[in-house]
Amino acid sequence: MTTVDSPLLRMSHVSKSFPGVQALSDVSIQVKAGEILAIIGENGAGKSTLIKTLGGAHQPDAGCIEIDGQPVQLSNPIRAQSLGISIIYQEFNLVPFLTVRENIFLGRAIQTGQVINKSAERRVTNELFQRLGATIDPETTVARLSVADQQLVEIAKALHTNARLLVMDEPTAALSPAEVEKLFETVRELKSQGIGVIYISHRLDEIVAIADRVVVLRDGKLVADRPVHDTSRRQMIELMVGRSIENEFPKVEHATGEKCLSVQSLNWSNRVCDVSFDLHVGEILGITGLVGAGRTELVQLLAGVETPDSGTIKIAGQPVRFCSPRDAIRTGIALLTEDRKRQGLVLAHSANENFGLPNLDEFSTASWLNLKQESRRLADFTNTMNIKIASSRQLAGQLSGGNQQKLVLAKWLQRNCQILIIDEPTRGIDVGAKYEIYLLMNELVASGKSVIMVSSEMPEVLGMSDRILVMRAGCLAGEIVDPSSATQEQIMELAAQ
Amino acid sequence: MSKPKNNSRLGYFLNDYGMIVVLLVLMVVLSLVTIARQQPTGASAGKNIAKQINALKDPTEFLLITPQGKLDFEIAQGIQQHIDQRHTLVNSVHGGPREANLAIRAAREAGKKITVIACTSASAKWDPVKNAEAKKIIPSSYIWPNFLMPDNLVTIAQRITVIAIIAIGMTMVIITAGIDLSVGSLIALSAVVTGVLIRDCFGGKDAGTLGLWIAAIGGIAACVVVGFSTGFLVAAFRLPPFIVTLAMMLLVRGVANVLSQQRTIHEIPVAFDVLGKGYVLGIPIAVWLMFALFAVAYFVMSRTTLGRQIYAVGGNEEAARLSGVRVKRVLLIVYTICGLLAGLGGVIVCSQLRSAKANYGQMDELTVIAAVVVGGTSLMGGQGKILGTLIGAFIIGVIQNGMNLIHMDDKTQMIVLGSVIVIAVLLDRIKKGQVKWSDIKNVFTS
Repeated sequence: MTTVDSPLLRMSHVSKSFPGVQALSDVSIQVKAGEILAIIGENGAGKSTLIKTLGGAHQPDAGCIEIDGQPVQLSNPIRAQSLGISIIYQEFNLVPFLTVRENIFLGRAIQTGQVINKSAERRVTNELFQRLGATIDPETTVARLSVADQQLVEIAKALHTNARLLVMDEPTAALSPAEVEKLFETVRELKSQGIGVIYISHRLDEIVAIADRVVVLRDGKLVADRPVHDTSRRQMIELMVGRSIENEFPKVEHATGEKCLSVQSLNWSNRVCDVSFDLHVGEILGITGLVGAGRTELVQLLAGVETPDSGTIKIAGQPVRFCSPRDAIRTGIALLTEDRKRQGLVLAHSANENFGLPNLDEFSTASWLNLKQESRRLADFTNTMNIKIASSRQLAGQLSGGNQQKLVLAKWLQRNCQILIIDEPTRGIDVGAKYEIYLLMNELVASGKSVIMVSSEMPEVLGMSDRILVMRAGCLAGEIVDPSSATQEQIMELAAQ
Repeated sequence: MSKPKNNSRLGYFLNDYGMIVVLLVLMVVLSLVTIARQQPTGASAGKNIAKQINALKDPTEFLLITPQGKLDFEIAQGIQQHIDQRHTLVNSVHGGPREANLAIRAAREAGKKITVIACTSASAKWDPVKNAEAKKIIPSSYIWPNFLMPDNLVTIAQRITVIAIIAIGMTMVIITAGIDLSVGSLIALSAVVTGVLIRDCFGGKDAGTLGLWIAAIGGIAACVVVGFSTGFLVAAFRLPPFIVTLAMMLLVRGVANVLSQQRTIHEIPVAFDVLGKGYVLGIPIAVWLMFALFAVAYFVMSRTTLGRQIYAVGGNEEAARLSGVRVKRVLLIVYTICGLLAGLGGVIVCSQLRSAKANYGQMDELTVIAAVVVGGTSLMGGQGKILGTLIGAFIIGVIQNGMNLIHMDDKTQMIVLGSVIVIAVLLDRIKKGQVKWSDIKNVFTS
């Protein structure tokens, strides 16, 4: 039983190294029952290693872990689970074609003899959702749920295993602001029930909103452990980066030119309804809205991924009709998708193969590849864009999020696309690399290209755009002409209603 | 997926083609196991005999007595090239004991003092030779592995030619994360179409060169049509390649049976043997063709835009499409190439056997897939090397040959081959660092 003075979890002086990397060195944290601890840090700071150590996937080289003051060995994931530690990873561990109930009871069914007692399972499932303040039909197939609801299923599953410490890794990465708010309510509810939560996120606003304490990791070391209400957003960033930064969003004001893209009454199934707007040379046009508002679908139409049912797209005054991404690329439109790993890169292939993929025409004479030219051009980009790769043969999957995004950007810059559509430009990218991506966006527009930036992160949209379009239910809900004097509340008002 | 331990060229080479080590080990083992006393044949036997006779002090008049065989004249030629002037080859006889007896008597009656009879280890055992009052000289034997005999090496190459050529197309298909189960049936289709065309349109045994060419191209064309259809079904309707090609496997085998009316077509001229059995510089033409095709395929896959696109489609189809790759076209091309090469394989089989039958190539699709997989190509797509496939085909060919050399029976051969495929892919995984002890343990504990 929990004694008053021993915390739910205490990790003392934990170290872990991998060949060539000291992933964690002498890290001590503790979580009390009913406390929400945020862990922040750049990619590679040691957050994942810490989580995996807690989950029993990694064994620490040194240090000890105590639960309720009792030293424990988290020798494997099942052991960790039986001690009440539940981890919800970014990629959910749900079987998409089973029902909610079947997922929750997977591997531990309630049985009468050899027969599964469905009604008992349904009752328990409903009770779990009641605890979370959610209403989800236990017999729905998981694949048909929204990401937010799937997450609730994950949490319910964790509660079902009597979790007392819930570790959430970037839980809001794919959620809309309204869904984030709902998730927070759930997390607060869990807190009031005495469950400890470790909350990992790149989104500092959320940490300010939800966490009690924040731990900052940098290069495997713990650099700060302080109450959230004593720590400003800027301080958190400075602690993560290890130096002081002047401005989170290095927006450069500059004049924009004439229209380069003009969209009129674009419609597609019922996900994009009657959308019209213009894009100018040298402009960063922010498009925001809730998840499911049709932002991604809209830019997919512009990039030829999907074909609109009606409406026109004009490039430099000329109407165009795209049947495939290839058509759009040839007219100078590049789409950097939100999901780099699934859509942007071939992870198992080398940096130069990824870089060359849209540029094969240019790097070849009569189909014969000029490999030297290809690697020379990639080297140019790695120098100017500060992409950290060991060699051009390094696999894309081995790069950090920031370097992956830069590599994707490089391949489209080589293609010399005039209009770059960047969907969630900094998702999953750490603070330092974010800043560099913003600088690159500035350079792009300064050199006469135009950028459409789709983003859910309000501060980013406000901080970097020349103009903001807000979408709601497939339609344009409004336009903000002067982002520098706008507020997040204004955007939310347009986006939600 | 793993990074080579060092970034040197050798490091990358071993990472890509580690299976070559397995092949070399196999060859060494087979060489050691099949070491035997070898009798020289042909010209080298003649040279050997000449040397032994030259070593005799006195001038001799001698006879050469060998069994009937295709290389006998070469023995005689070899002797005459290397024999000293002072010795005289009175007569050379190729036949049986009766001819030997007659020849010895005839020489004696003609007043020749036959002091030496040159013979082979076989003819030395014939009574007339054994009983003749003369010194018998047989070519001295030497120690050399059966496996490394030139004839045997050519046999291996010839045997795997068809599998290896088709494996080129299969590698491309598998790299796009597909599979083609129809290639075995395509061998039959190609052979039967070629055979039927030769028999019915170009005069059977009297067919001319042009007719043979047209018939062979017809056989290949039929397979191209099938490959194209497969590619179309896969690309246009998003049907799983496994199902489409399984259907094609049955369909094509059926068509081959109908076309051949389930009979073996023998009406094929001897001239058609050239492709399958003809030699240039001591190496069969089909083997030259195989190496040439591998060279072309190697460059296509590593140095051309098509190759890059094939890898990209298999590695991440969505990313490839969003990067402007015409995914459907790539799939169409790849399945068509696979059909074409299977067709070529069928023509070679038809030539090697100088006949065509609808049951050719049964189970060959599995041997081809095994060669590709043993060569290190991942069935998940996006990964694989053409030269790895060549090595894989050789590994399978060498193992089959080795088992024949040590007279292993068919059933045991199947067991060994199956085990070897499992071990080969396991070794590949271990080498690439993809095997974790905890995963193995987890199979039983979690």
